[in-house]
Amino acid sequence: MITIIDYKAGNLTSVRLAFEHIGCKVKITDKAEEILQAEKIVFPGVGAAKAAMETIKTLNILEAIYKVIADGRPFFGICIGMQLLFKMSEEDGGTKCLGILAGSVKKFKSADRFCKIPQMGWNTVKIIKSHPVFEGIEDQSEFYFVHSYYPSCDEKSNIIGQTEYADAVFASAAGKENLVATQFHPERSGRIGLKLLENFSKWDGRDGKC
Amino acid sequence: MLTKRIIPCLDVRRRKVTKGVRFQNNIDLGDPVEMAVAYSDGGCDELVFYDITASADQRDIDIDMVREVAKAVHIPFAVGGGIKNLEDMRQVLLAGAEKVSVNSLAVQNPNIITQGAKQFGSQCIVLGMDPVGVAKSDKFPSGYEITIEGFRKRTGLDALQWAKHAEELGAGEIVVNSVDADGTQEGFEINLTRLIAENVGIPVVASGGGGTCQHLIDVFNKGKADAAIIASMIHTGRFTIRQIKDKLIAAGIPIRQKW
Repeated sequence: MITIIDYKAGNLTSVRLAFEHIGCKVKITDKAEEILQAEKIVFPGVGAAKAAMETIKTLNILEAIYKVIADGRPFFGICIGMQLLFKMSEEDGGTKCLGILAGSVKKFKSADRFCKIPQMGWNTVKIIKSHPVFEGIEDQSEFYFVHSYYPSCDEKSNIIGQTEYADAVFASAAGKENLVATQFHPERSGRIGLKLLENFSKWDGRDGKC
Repeated sequence: MLTKRIIPCLDVRRRKVTKGVRFQNNIDLGDPVEMAVAYSDGGCDELVFYDITASADQRDIDIDMVREVAKAVHIPFAVGGGIKNLEDMRQVLLAGAEKVSVNSLAVQNPNIITQGAKQFGSQCIVLGMDPVGVAKSDKFPSGYEITIEGFRKRTGLDALQWAKHAEELGAGEIVVNSVDADGTQEGFEINLTRLIAENVGIPVVASGGGGTCQHLIDVFNKGKADAAIIASMIHTGRFTIRQIKDKLIAAGIPIRQKW
């Protein structure tokens, strides 16, 4: 069973459908008690950091999120769900985030008028280190991105994959122990994205070596 | 490197994909869900569905079809045509579409762009525009006028001014569909595409006129498009997406290669 946390940051349909496609049972919840009972947790989302953090507090699910991560349960942050795992984001004049990963979230700067922000489309991920969730994913595979801000890891050992865009070479995939996160959308990344979600659905949260 | 997107366009009428030239002489091409799967498996980067008759006859959007597509393909897709209000946007997005495209509606009620962007995020809101070439004048400094309702109605809006305005209102992407080039397979309108691409900060998708791989190479290299919509060249079976992508890669254009 995959539990998707619904903190009202965007549309969860595609994440649900992707997991269902690979044969997973899916539960969508915004309740702390259901998060605490979850086996494997997905933390997706699009939108703005500040509003997302405020909703997490309003829903009273912050402690539950910390608890399941500390418990060692497999946890997957996607897009804004990855960004919120860092200490802070530059978005909305500076937003304090969960602080589980060392580093911060910065805005792309583009000197080239044809290099548009947000980054929208398919970009390559250079695999920096092996990880169970990336098993069978070839180096330089392409994934679907939509974002104006990017994660900057302070702890280099957390970086699983890197991507280049505008002024940045950023951690497009990162992990720490039972936690894994991608800036790209595996649920929108075709067969290769589904493979990654399938790996996550089978992962016990160990041997991440991050 | 961010790759240039190749986006098949499926014009849908009563659950059938159709294709015509300048909205005339439409013929049935097949089932939209089956075609979406085939193109997705074939390596397209995104899909767009237009319900071409919806704006004119006020028919509701086929939400069941959107759901079926979302179940079957796991790449981004947009739905346009027939979106009448915020509730339609919500339904289409909740059914699993990545983006909604507004065209005539946005001209009649520009505020819908802002409302949609606020509710669902700018990245979901695509402005579709159908400009037609006109004489340059004070009223039309770009030399292109926006048409609506399937090219049937002129609006008095200058294409470039409208594109900039839509960006300010919160659109996340602009599809520039040249009325003059649509369905001709004689090439995209490069000047128009580049004019919009160099004057807005959001991605620009070229549409209308793609008939050969060289047309695509030109619209990316010269037109500076971020993505291109194609229809006839693949619907007729003349090219596969793999063949198109191989040509573009050989020409040095960044293209998604593995799927």
